[in-house]
Amino acid sequence: MNATRPESRPTPPLAPRPQVADRPVADRPAAADAGAPPKISVRGLDFHYGRQQALFDNNLDIAANRVTAVIGPSGCGKSTHLRVYNRIYQLYRDQRAGGEVLLDGENLLSPSTDLIELRRKVGMIFQKPTPFPMSIHDNVAYGLKLHYRLGKGELAEAVEKALRGAALWDEVKDALDRPGTALSGGQQQRLCIARAIAVRPEVLLMDEPTSAIDPVATAKIEDLIEELKKDFTIVIVTHNMQQAARVSDHTAFFFEGRIVEFGATRQIFTKPVHRQTEDYITGRFG
Amino acid sequence: MRETVMRRRHARGRKTVDLAVRTAASLAALLGIGVLVLILAEVARRGAPALDLAFFTALPGPPGVAGGGLANAILGTLALTAAATAVGVPLGMLAGVYLSEFGRDTRLGAAVRFCVNVLMGLPSILVGLFVWTVLVVPFRSFSGHAGAVALALIMLPVVARTTEDMLALVPHALREGALAVGAPRWRATLIAFKAARGGLVTGVLLAVARVSGETAPLLFTALNSPFWPRSMSEPVANLTVTVFQYAMSPYADWQAKAWGASLLIMAAVLTTSLLARTFARERT
Repeated sequence: MNATRPESRPTPPLAPRPQVADRPVADRPAAADAGAPPKISVRGLDFHYGRQQALFDNNLDIAANRVTAVIGPSGCGKSTHLRVYNRIYQLYRDQRAGGEVLLDGENLLSPSTDLIELRRKVGMIFQKPTPFPMSIHDNVAYGLKLHYRLGKGELAEAVEKALRGAALWDEVKDALDRPGTALSGGQQQRLCIARAIAVRPEVLLMDEPTSAIDPVATAKIEDLIEELKKDFTIVIVTHNMQQAARVSDHTAFFFEGRIVEFGATRQIFTKPVHRQTEDYITGRFG
Repeated sequence: MRETVMRRRHARGRKTVDLAVRTAASLAALLGIGVLVLILAEVARRGAPALDLAFFTALPGPPGVAGGGLANAILGTLALTAAATAVGVPLGMLAGVYLSEFGRDTRLGAAVRFCVNVLMGLPSILVGLFVWTVLVVPFRSFSGHAGAVALALIMLPVVARTTEDMLALVPHALREGALAVGAPRWRATLIAFKAARGGLVTGVLLAVARVSGETAPLLFTALNSPFWPRSMSEPVANLTVTVFQYAMSPYADWQAKAWGASLLIMAAVLTTSLLARTFARERT
């Protein structure tokens, strides 16, 4: 079924998993995944906007093929943290990250990281849908053409597959040459998901993907996330605690740039260890 | 505790002031439109009779002899404007891309932006004089090249600033969206360009409209000529300098031709501006 023939399909690096035995319990992933190596390991991550420090010594393990939710009050550094994983922050000259973020054991913050290949492996969905000013087909084909050499038929097949993967195919299959910007907000967001998954990433970052979208469309995207985690490792920043509880396996609670608590979602939402987590989840602040 | 007595003000005073301000503003607006309409009407009334077939097809006749046309000047103006656009628009757009995408928060960017603003406010006759010293004096000849360069220099800051402004209107999220699927920086810029294309076309058209009415920069550069434009290395006939020379001449026929040329320029600028507005409205 795989029509695309990736030229540079990455082989999993064989770098040894770093030893992290000295981390506090709250920073360890949930017990259910203790055996499998994490897809992403964050070690001592600091982040600065100019002189202002936004993240302090973040440590986190993101389990493969799971949904990890990042929650916390506004301005706590959730999005900042997420934006390190694909180094999108580098668009802005005064933003700096320190520490290590290991993707399959390789530090993606290293200066030698190929950003284009990193972003193929780590896709991103933004708060506001960002359809490009071109047709639905071209939107999805955009990333495909950047990374893969495909014949016409192969391209059409890959576009269809991506649109099906984003649960959008049935709605747009007769209108592939209409502009992507003419779709509804929820459809635009699924178009962006199609565009992101088309290039066969390994990780999907979602930065409040439903905050600009109505409840019905939100439900569709949440169902989609459930579907997508079979193929991708998903990290989702959300303001909506019910959403975190519904879609995620693990949850990290951020407060003032620090990771206060991290664990299985059920545990975080029923028996949080830290007082701050409990206060936030029960709606006492935030 | 005593209750404060709040005395009511009469509404009449405020209503009078309101009426006065509204009337003054409306009168000022009407005056502006009125003057424009008067100019358009006068130019049309005086210029229309001169626009016969010969005007568009024939060379000018000798001084004092009626007849002939300004075909060479029409052609020359088109050639000069096209050459200026070919040079000024790409340079201006690239400068605008630098200002918006690469030099946004840099010192060099701020310096370039300041220079562009100064260049935009420069009297066009200074631009003409400058080009005269660098492209006319050394080659000992007025030329179409010099005229095109002078016009391009006037277009450059206008195009640079509109490009910067239009690109600045494109949300950062769109560039991030392109980078996030692995596009290199220049391709992300291309996406922003695509999103801003309506505004960019408008900016270019307005810049073209702006230079097609310029006279001063051509006086010292392309000058004028009674012949067909054959080479850009020679003086090139053009409408604006023709208007200047013919209007000042003692011959009634030349004066009529100057009105005709004015009407033609006016119509061209008006059409270009209207086109620019349509493109601006089509933006999504």
